[in-house]
Amino acid sequence: MMSLSLPLMAAVAVLGLLGIGLLGLLVTRNLIKVVVGLQVLVKGALLALLLAGRLSGQVQTGQTLALTVIVADTIVSVVALALAVQVRRQFGTLDLQALSTLRR
Amino acid sequence: MFDLLIVAAMLGCAFQAVRGTRLLIAALWLAGASALTAIMMFRLGAPEVAVIELSVGAGLVTVLFVFAINIAGEEPPVTLRSLVPAPLAWIVALCAVGLGAAMALPNLRVESSLLQADKFATVLWEHRSLDVLLQVVLIIGGVLAVLGLLAEGRANARKESQ
Repeated sequence: MMSLSLPLMAAVAVLGLLGIGLLGLLVTRNLIKVVVGLQVLVKGALLALLLAGRLSGQVQTGQTLALTVIVADTIVSVVALALAVQVRRQFGTLDLQALSTLRR
Repeated sequence: MFDLLIVAAMLGCAFQAVRGTRLLIAALWLAGASALTAIMMFRLGAPEVAVIELSVGAGLVTVLFVFAINIAGEEPPVTLRSLVPAPLAWIVALCAVGLGAAMALPNLRVESSLLQADKFATVLWEHRSLDVLLQVVLIIGGVLAVLGLLAEGRANARKESQ
């Protein structure tokens, strides 16, 4: 029987990362900081997948799913950062509040 | 004890990344959180994904953040009022964490003492080949999207200069 201390710590990390990521998405007004919040959220999801794989005895399936999530998350970050760069060039700001009221 | 230190440092780095006012420093805190996440993954028995997270999450994504912040230019570190009031955001986040803890922590037990016998490569290439196909499609789509975005920016700049 595996000790529960490591899964418990991993569960605490998952919940903490998800909470911090959600908080970041809610409070930030900067477009790049939104991507940072999303990254934190996805790290929590990655750990959750691996923890689920460990608890169910299917570590390799959890790793495979985590790999897919890493690829998807990286692509999302790259596209979002390229979008942020273009928005900054076009409108001169990264503030979400200002962007939502701008007309070009 | 070691796990507790790792988790505390990881959450501290993530919190600093989210709450910091300077973008470049936030990106570096995020890299620290990624590295500590990779250690936690290794401790959970997933060394392959831990290495990928360390190289992609802490390496490539950090370089991309620094590159994007460098091109976009960092905005002055002013503290703007958030769109959602901060107390409300804290309440929502704490409620979400509390609900997650109430649902997950009581059921946190090892269902099976048997470990999967297959190797990572076997599971990835034979059992989850659709995932590999999806990854290839995602990478090609992402590259095309970035190229399109950058080409659009260049076209606009050329139009304005004429």
